[in-house]
Amino acid sequence: MIAVFIEIRDGKIKKSSLEALAEARRRAGELGVAAAAVLVGSAVDGPAADLAGHGPGKVFGLEHPALADYSAQGFGRALADFARESGVTVLFFAATAMGKDLAPRVAAALGAGLASDCTKVAVKDGGLEFTRPIYAGKADLTVRLTSAPQIATLRPNVFPLDTPAVGGGGEVVKKAAVIPDGLVKGRVAEVLKEQSAEIDVTEAEVVISGGRGLKGPENFALLRELAAIIPRSAVGASRSAVDSGWIGHQHQVGQTGKTVSPNLYLAVGISGAIQHLAGMSSSKCIVAVNKDPEAPIFKVADFGIVGDLFEVIPRLKDELKKVLAE
Amino acid sequence: MNILVFVKRVPDTESRIRIQHETKSIIEDGLNFVASPYDEFAVEAALRLKEAKGGTVRVVTVGRDEAVPVLRKCLAMGADEAVLVKDEAPEAYDGLRTARIIARVVERKFPGADLLLFGKQAVGTDNSQVPSMVAELLALPQANVVTKLEVDGTAGTALREIEGGLEKVVFSLPAVVSAQKGLNEPRYETLKGIMAAKKKEIPVIKLDELGLAAEELAPKVVVAGLDVPPQRQAGKVLQGDPAETARELAALLHTVAKVL
Repeated sequence: MIAVFIEIRDGKIKKSSLEALAEARRRAGELGVAAAAVLVGSAVDGPAADLAGHGPGKVFGLEHPALADYSAQGFGRALADFARESGVTVLFFAATAMGKDLAPRVAAALGAGLASDCTKVAVKDGGLEFTRPIYAGKADLTVRLTSAPQIATLRPNVFPLDTPAVGGGGEVVKKAAVIPDGLVKGRVAEVLKEQSAEIDVTEAEVVISGGRGLKGPENFALLRELAAIIPRSAVGASRSAVDSGWIGHQHQVGQTGKTVSPNLYLAVGISGAIQHLAGMSSSKCIVAVNKDPEAPIFKVADFGIVGDLFEVIPRLKDELKKVLAE
Repeated sequence: MNILVFVKRVPDTESRIRIQHETKSIIEDGLNFVASPYDEFAVEAALRLKEAKGGTVRVVTVGRDEAVPVLRKCLAMGADEAVLVKDEAPEAYDGLRTARIIARVVERKFPGADLLLFGKQAVGTDNSQVPSMVAELLALPQANVVTKLEVDGTAGTALREIEGGLEKVVFSLPAVVSAQKGLNEPRYETLKGIMAAKKKEIPVIKLDELGLAAEELAPKVVVAGLDVPPQRQAGKVLQGDPAETARELAALLHTVAKVL
């Protein structure tokens, strides 16, 4: 059975968990095994009802009062016990902040191999092969896992959601998790939201990034105005913009920042240093605006404008507004 | 407070990666190796805690003799001791193997450690596995991708980055914490520090001292392929009047690329 941990944030199912579930269903179909969704919490009926609309197939709910809030130790124990007892041969997580925190904990508990942040899962010779970018995308590593179970985290925004609905989801197989007193020695006391309602660059469908060409922190406003008219977009930045203190490091794209693969990556005033290109070259469409026609960013861009960004970006905003209104 | 910091030698982020296809490995010739950038935030955090509360900062790496310069850099920054856990195995991209070695080093050699600090990931393998795995193997709490850390006596509080916000994690000590950019600004080594670091002896722990079974050291990850991703082709570049080029680009994104 390929099981998928379904992450809940703010009472909602993470889209990247549904992407992982869709991929699990596709590979399970090829391998001729079952796919299942796994919910963890103190009461999973609410999320289970939401999940039903996504035709999840079999749904397991691991419940315990100590699992009301996320903790790597509590969730890890519940999932490891479940994997051992329920014949899980493959376990997927979305490679989110929670998935990356939790999956290695479960892998260590089970003595299992873990493939992190995969961008491709393939069936070959009756087994799974996992492909993942290393060196922030400068190389692609393909691995097989020799352990049982095999565990992988899947990069958000990479695996398509569309998959034949298999129905089910009405029924949840509940299992009481065993969380001994004193097991959980660290817990999330509070979640602090960013002031703006901006989504994270790793989850955005459109990323608009600025670099040194913006000349100062105040000019990120140009990019924010553009982001404001594009649904599911976020503002990113190059390392030099972050290191200059123009914008927070959580916006940094590149090898010492985040790796993103949105539908559209718009690089504004970014020359395209190798460590930046590493973090965004898996984007589906790359657009560059730069005044230097020799900038390396143009070598990877699908479309580019050579020009003054202060003249181009406001006009581009007006033009995109028209296009989006259609 | 007794702090252990785990660091790794990696190619710097400006490196161009070339591949030796027969061995499915990275060609190391010509690469400039450094301490993984996130590890520097971990070392700096350890030094600041020591300055505020006293104690020792011990830096540990698992690897070959080539990793010694990375340890000397950490000594020059101000670490009290640096230890090489000698492991000749080639990079296997298997976090569990490394985590088992580290967990055993902590149990056997440094059982009194209050805090185990790591970088949030080694730049290169990009696994983000070892800190959480070590925490599980030692039954310790964890806070990963941390941008703020406060430790007081027997407990700690950390802010960790999540999508669009921060999680405040409270935990008891001992604990595992992994550092994210933004936690601090790592100090530069002083000339005096560099000179002192050169003279320091670096204790070596051999793998066979740790009593790990062959099965525990056997990689669970097998490399099936290693490739450079296909080069992106340069596309259409527009030049000229900003209003014209903006209009043309908007149309291309909408009708040709269909991304908007």
